[in-house]
Amino acid sequence: MAVKDRVPVPELEPSVRKGNFLEVSQGYTFELAHQEAQRCLQCKVPTCVSGCPVGIDIPGFIKEIVKGNLKKSYEILKSYNYLPAICGRVCPQEVQCEGACVLNKIGKPINIGALERFVADFASQEGFEDEVGRLSFSEGISKELGNAPRKLTDLRSKKVAVVGSGPAGLTAASELGKLGVQVHVYEALHEFGGVLVYGIPEFRLPKEIVKREVLQLETLGVELIKNIPVGYAIHPKELLEKYDAVFIGVGAGTPKFMGIPGSELNGVYSANEFLTRVNLMKAYKFPEYDTPIKVGKRVVVVGGGNTAMDAARSALRLGAQVTVVYRRTEAEMPARRAEIHHAKEEGIEFLFLTNPVRYIGNETGKLVGVECIRMELGEPDESGRRRPVPVANSNFVIEADVVIEAIGTESNRFLLNQFPDLKTNKYGYIVTNEYGQTSIPKVFAGGDIVTGSATVILAMGAGKKAAEGIVKFLVY
Amino acid sequence: MNQEELNNVILRKRKLAYGVHDVWIKNDLIGRQAKPGQFVIVRISEKGERIPLTIAESNGEAFRIVVKAVGKSTYELCSLNEGDILYDVVGPLGKPSEIKYHGNVLIIGGGVGIAAILPIAKALKSAGNNITVIIGARTIQDLILRDEFTFADKLLPTTDDGSFGYKGNVIDAMKIELEKENYNVIWSIGPAIMMKLSSEIATKYNIPIWVSLNSIMIDGTGMCGGCRTVIKTDNSEKIQYVCVDGPEFDGRYVDWDSFIKRLNQYKEQEKLALERYLKEVGEPTWL
Ligand SMILES: Cc1cc2nc3c(=O)[nH]c(=O)nc-3n(C[C@H](O)[C@H](O)[C@H](O)COP(=O)(O)OP(=O)(O)OC[C@H]3O[C@@H](n4cnc5c(N)ncnc54)[C@H](O)[C@@H]3O)c2cc1C
Ligand SMILES: Cc1cc2nc3c(=O)[nH]c(=O)nc-3n(C[C@H](O)[C@H](O)[C@H](O)COP(=O)(O)OP(=O)(O)OC[C@H]3O[C@@H](n4cnc5c(N)ncnc54)[C@H](O)[C@@H]3O)c2cc1C
Ligand code: SF4
Ligand code: SF4
Ligand code: FES
Ligand SMILES: [Mg+2]
Repeated sequence: MAVKDRVPVPELEPSVRKGNFLEVSQGYTFELAHQEAQRCLQCKVPTCVSGCPVGIDIPGFIKEIVKGNLKKSYEILKSYNYLPAICGRVCPQEVQCEGACVLNKIGKPINIGALERFVADFASQEGFEDEVGRLSFSEGISKELGNAPRKLTDLRSKKVAVVGSGPAGLTAASELGKLGVQVHVYEALHEFGGVLVYGIPEFRLPKEIVKREVLQLETLGVELIKNIPVGYAIHPKELLEKYDAVFIGVGAGTPKFMGIPGSELNGVYSANEFLTRVNLMKAYKFPEYDTPIKVGKRVVVVGGGNTAMDAARSALRLGAQVTVVYRRTEAEMPARRAEIHHAKEEGIEFLFLTNPVRYIGNETGKLVGVECIRMELGEPDESGRRRPVPVANSNFVIEADVVIEAIGTESNRFLLNQFPDLKTNKYGYIVTNEYGQTSIPKVFAGGDIVTGSATVILAMGAGKKAAEGIVKFLVY
Repeated sequence: MNQEELNNVILRKRKLAYGVHDVWIKNDLIGRQAKPGQFVIVRISEKGERIPLTIAESNGEAFRIVVKAVGKSTYELCSLNEGDILYDVVGPLGKPSEIKYHGNVLIIGGGVGIAAILPIAKALKSAGNNITVIIGARTIQDLILRDEFTFADKLLPTTDDGSFGYKGNVIDAMKIELEKENYNVIWSIGPAIMMKLSSEIATKYNIPIWVSLNSIMIDGTGMCGGCRTVIKTDNSEKIQYVCVDGPEFDGRYVDWDSFIKRLNQYKEQEKLALERYLKEVGEPTWL
């Protein structure tokens, strides 16, 4: 195999996967992973590493695959990234590690995500996942504790509350748990994992994998408590009294709506609602599962991010004919390239430079159509992307019985309303320093509730950094 | 606290009327923290949906709900017995009612809404208000909790057939009461149509009226937007999330038409779910 080409990852055929929620990407076998790993040039100055938000020693873990030493490879991964099986699957690699790989200059970059996933899945199959998990400390914390073993004993008497069990909360909890800190994770929903369980669908991230990572936390002695809406069930004041430090990782959460006429019609969903019904509540198995969902014959999805792709592909799997409308062009779509590609393969139609202006309902309040307008790209806006502007008199109607808006989320005030002293910025996100410390010294925060909706790996990175901040705070 | 302590076992269960059951559930946290106007979301089994229910009372270690069987999940909930454990219970959720001194307060409860007004009425009374309570149902058999309102300054029971108290519905009684007396604020909780009609009357009299909206919910934490409702004031129209911005809103500003239509979103699936359930369990003798 030429160095220029990647070893392809086996995938389910579009015609097979369209009708079910099975994972699309089947992952490398050892032979395939080994072949792909051999393409890595083991660069002296590995640019790939600078593209990874948590700075994984990428040539390092890949080299161990080449040597066939997968345990060592997993140890390397795990010391940087608490959730390799998840990140390998969902990171937007093309703008991160893989986007920065030197091989882009002469051909295709190393499939770092697929290799990472392979090692993590292998660790789980071979059962050395937990053992390694317990021993891998993050670099920052190791340094902190390196010459002061006494501090480690101090930490065992400390109690930390983690609010929210998304990637940020899970990572903070694991880092602290490994040090023997008494950690309580509080989650409002009936399952742990945040967006990983309610947002990202099974066909992209099997829920078993999230469960596995959560179980690992329990082996570290972290206590996980679900069905607790912090704010009302436990008042922030009580948290501050009972715990030596608090980490807030409640996610961005609240869906935005376009707010155009007809938003209240039956059949108009936010992507969060549609995906929660499908993923968390398993509405795709109704009536075996109790939660209903309006499936729709013709579904319009509004938006161009990962959430839009997930909603579109879920609706398709429920049997609908799906059209994605996006107000810019394909080049500006923020979704992972792989998912756009998968969506197209599966037969989803895309209307670019198009925006809905009104939802049309019938007399019983059911959606029957979406009126759209064509857009063109004008001057660049603050984000540097060219701003889409409507083309006058270009309105047209798409018949649809379900529309799913996936236009982003904003700060969820559910907890913050009960926490008036906590400083937030003008968008309602929590203000922190580089260690996640907020305006209340013993309160730390990280993930989407600090940055606005971002990525799994960034939320994890923030959880890790905050764990470091908490350790510093607790031992000095 | 750990997960085991929140064991959600049914401590006591009593039938109040056909298909209406009074259930006490052990849960220290909710028992301690619940405030009038708040609700819980429960799941009855591993495959269950999330359904919201108002907290009717709490005592430090347990809380009380009054459930009316209307479909699959509530039929199933009513079939449980003392000693059974609810699969998931989360709460308390929602903003508590505005309990303070208002003066003269008119409190109206219809159907299972009577259970929802109970804690609010009690708290308003403790806050020094002079309270008049109107409770109503079709017949005396359905008029639940009628002997639990003895603390009210004035209690006006109504039944459609006149089998107990005033013959007529709560709306009729409300009109008569407003003619006679001045009220500073009203609470009205019951079927959507009752809350709509009482809000129209309150608008005429220009009195604030709190209603507790029973929109279809999933998470209850502001994450899905499924419970959203249009709140219209004179010059603005706002989408509000019932689970976190409510459940109580001033009924004068609720866009009732779209609210009521949204309650019917899943009618077909709900019918199917109940039929399928009844086929499986047979005659629901426990109701
Ligand atoms: C549909 C979808 C697809 C996505 N796809 C990708 C992708 O492919 N790749 C990628 O990198 N990123 C993706 N993202 C973004 C990524 O999932 C998020 O950036 C990430 O999950 C943020 O993590 P978090 O820990 O900050 O919060 P979340 O994952 O949002 O978790 C927050 C948790 O806190 C809980 N919580 C909230 N309030 C309270 C409270 N008061 N008390 C107790 N618990 C509370 C919530 O229930 C939730 O479980 C996607 C997002 C969505 C919605
Ligand atoms: C804040 C709040 C407090 C409530 N308090 C009480 C209470 O104290 N006692 C009581 O008996 N009922 C209460 N309800 C209503 C109760 O949640 C519904 O009756 C129940 O969910 C119906 O479920 P089902 O499967 O039995 O019936 P279904 O046949 O599935 O539905 C019957 C009707 O109930 C409504 N409904 C269905 N699913 C939901 C859902 N997930 N969330 C909300 N409504 C739904 C719909 O309007 C539907 O048409 C409350 C609702 C809300 C929002
Ligand atoms: S964590 Fe994400 S960005 Fe970092 S190496 Fe793995 S896949 Fe790439
Ligand atoms: S830049 Fe590419 S080739 Fe170089 S070490 Fe990183 S993955 Fe390997
Ligand atoms: S129930 Fe999901 S936002 Fe209110
Ligand atoms: Mg139901």
